[in-house]
Amino acid sequence: MKSSEVQIAGSLRRRLAVTLIGGMTILTLLLFFVVRNYAAQIAQQSQDSILSASVTSILDAATMRDGEVQIDIPYASFSMLGTNTDDRVFYVIYQDGVALSGYEELSIPKASIDETSVLQSTTFMEVPVRQVTASRVLAGADFRTRITASIAQTQDNLSGTLARISRNAAIFGAGFFSLAVLLSILATSTTIGPLKRLADSIARRGPQDLSPVEKPVPSEMAPLVSSLNHLMHRLDKSMTQSEDFIAEAAHRVRTPIATVRSHAEMTLQRVDKEENRQALRSMIRAIDETSRAAGQLLDHAMIAFRAHQLEFEAVDLVEISREIVLRMTPIAEMKDIELQLSGESSVIVSGDSILIQNAVRNLVDNAFKYSPADSNIEIEVQSRPSPYLKVVDYGPGFLQAEIETLTDRFTRGVNAEGTIGSGLGLTIARDVAAAHNGKLVIENHHSGGACVILYL
Amino acid sequence: MRHLVFIVLCLCPFLASGGPSTNSSLEWEDRKLFGNTSNSQAITVLSSTDTSVFAPIIESFLSDNPELTIEYLVAGSAEVYQRFRQSPSSYDVVISSAMDLQLKLVNDGLAYRINDIQHPDWAQWRQSLFGFTLEPASIVVNKLAFATLPEARSRQAMIELLRTNPDSFRGKIGTYDVRQSGLGYLFATQDSRASETYWRLMEIMGSLETRLYCCSGEMIEDLANGEIVIAYNVLGSYANARTDIADKIDIILPSDFPNTMMRTVLVARKSQQHRSATSFLRYLTSAGWDDSDSDKPSLPSIKDDPIDTQQSIIQLEPGLMIFLDKLKRRTFIKEWESAIIQ
Ligand SMILES: Nc1ncnc2c1ncn2[C@@H]1O[C@H](COP(=O)(O)OP(=O)(O)OP(=O)(O)O)[C@@H](O)[C@H]1O
Ligand SMILES: [Mg+2]
Repeated sequence: MKSSEVQIAGSLRRRLAVTLIGGMTILTLLLFFVVRNYAAQIAQQSQDSILSASVTSILDAATMRDGEVQIDIPYASFSMLGTNTDDRVFYVIYQDGVALSGYEELSIPKASIDETSVLQSTTFMEVPVRQVTASRVLAGADFRTRITASIAQTQDNLSGTLARISRNAAIFGAGFFSLAVLLSILATSTTIGPLKRLADSIARRGPQDLSPVEKPVPSEMAPLVSSLNHLMHRLDKSMTQSEDFIAEAAHRVRTPIATVRSHAEMTLQRVDKEENRQALRSMIRAIDETSRAAGQLLDHAMIAFRAHQLEFEAVDLVEISREIVLRMTPIAEMKDIELQLSGESSVIVSGDSILIQNAVRNLVDNAFKYSPADSNIEIEVQSRPSPYLKVVDYGPGFLQAEIETLTDRFTRGVNAEGTIGSGLGLTIARDVAAAHNGKLVIENHHSGGACVILYL
Repeated sequence: MRHLVFIVLCLCPFLASGGPSTNSSLEWEDRKLFGNTSNSQAITVLSSTDTSVFAPIIESFLSDNPELTIEYLVAGSAEVYQRFRQSPSSYDVVISSAMDLQLKLVNDGLAYRINDIQHPDWAQWRQSLFGFTLEPASIVVNKLAFATLPEARSRQAMIELLRTNPDSFRGKIGTYDVRQSGLGYLFATQDSRASETYWRLMEIMGSLETRLYCCSGEMIEDLANGEIVIAYNVLGSYANARTDIADKIDIILPSDFPNTMMRTVLVARKSQQHRSATSFLRYLTSAGWDDSDSDKPSLPSIKDDPIDTQQSIIQLEPGLMIFLDKLKRRTFIKEWESAIIQ
């Protein structure tokens, strides 16, 4: 797994949105049904109360005359049942359980014989009706009789009202729902916002920036940010430690080795016995090897360290080459080698100057080490096709069979026998090229000498 | 079905007991076939309206729909009701002046609902029963007899007139026998609702040996030939239709509380000819037959003058069924009889 890849398990935004919208859906449906049921109840109640009033008006009209029940039903008792949808009306009147008048087939609930008023939903003539039944006792000196009246009405008007209410409730619910969804989306993004801002601010940071997050964050994010700050603090500390360590090590190792070498050389001056002198020479050589190895190792470590947090800046390749040539000139003169710098007068690349310096120094160093005295070393810097620095010498060049492996760590060529070195020079140059998304090309030019090109 | 039969029997004990229920074997006041008899599509119209009055309407309808044949059967309004109840699948269209009985038929689920007819709300019930004429109940008098008498412009005036001239009117007053006529019963019950004046009028009419008629036709006939001189609660539209006697009679709309009846039409639910029957009904409700330019007197359609008479129109509402209640009817008839038969 690459360090930038992250295992994904779901999405907070989606989870939040789904929860909110799901909740809103349930709430909306609940609202719809509650409103509808409530409205239906009210509509039913109003129908019931009219039916009850009608039944009462019929019962009130019942009188006993000459031993015969007379019911002069008021016109209004049916008139009041008129509805927008002209609902059908059925009724029946009983005297002590015997039908007197009306729709005899309209059955009345048993309970109504005793109770005052019974409401029920039933069907009559194959249509759903609402039926209200009530009874009243007529009593005189020599008689006692119970009159029961029942009125049923179809529910077209009610269902029309209900349909209207349902439609309104549905429109209201839909409006409520869309508003809720909008709010959910808004709420989700405001909630996710700080998280996104934190991620953005961290992603936007430079590689060196390990300072703690200082902007205030919501309390829920405090543990995360505090852990993050803590982690960065530790990272910062260990980075600083490593950097210090490398610098310190370089210093600490080089100085004693130099001291040991100068002691050995001084001793060599004073010793006359040939075998002792031989031993001392081997010792000095070993010390040189060690010194070189330690220096290269620390350089390599430093490069590996810096490569992770590369800070790009404008670097002039020509400028770097010129400095190195200047520094190498004394050694070159000693060896009768002429250092030539050619190409453009300024080639600016974006990169880490310390790393690039290191790479170039190693290449020039190799050219010195592996080419004979009284020869030329040419350094060429060009910006086209892509910026490069080429080091050419007129030594024996590389062994074709070895070229592939020479950039490996601690790998030296056969021609390196007798020269001091650790086999890290080309490794360093290659790593620097890689850190800058460039490459190192090793080849021999036509006259046989080595030709190493650092593309940046 | 038992309850329907029960209702029929309890509502109409005065009707001739139902014989065989096919219309061909029944006796009819009138019976006429309109249109080409070879047409396959025939609709049967059961109506309380005299053929002579209705024929122009049917003929004009058939001229637009030549593929149809109409069998027109006439009976009294109460009989129309009873015959339709007995055999609701034998007739396609029912037309009657008895609004209460028609409403009852619809209430009991015998009518076909026609949703796509645009008809004023006050003139329809359940999109099944449609009023298509406006016909006020009127007092019709013999002009000759009234030459020397003041006209009775209201019920109150009529009471005064009868009181002051009892001898001129003894045996010379006519009105519906509400026990036989559905329309007569409707007018009487609506009158009784409106004012106590009605009962006082009935009492005085009873004391003057009022003649009772089953149908308006006879009553107008007797009025024209002087048998009677004043007829109460007759349809002015019928009198108007008789152009031959127009110069002998006067039609007076009582100014105190007029009652205006709507002739109503419905299509039978059990009809096999819903389409044709509906198109006939549509023709009636569209008032396309009401050609004011025509010389022929026709029924006054509801489009004629609804605003003026609006107040007095008998409402199509469940209340109409009140007087059809067995107990209520019994009480009413008893009261009526004691007033008018003395
Ligand atoms: N210019 C050159 N000409 C010929 N051979 C070379 C040249 N540069 C490098 N080489 C071969 O490649 C090998 C690897 O070089 P490299 O710079 O990595 O190691 P080194 O020079 O031996 O040691 P050091 O780490 O001290 O530089 C050398 O040992 C040498 O054999
Ligand atoms: Mg080297």
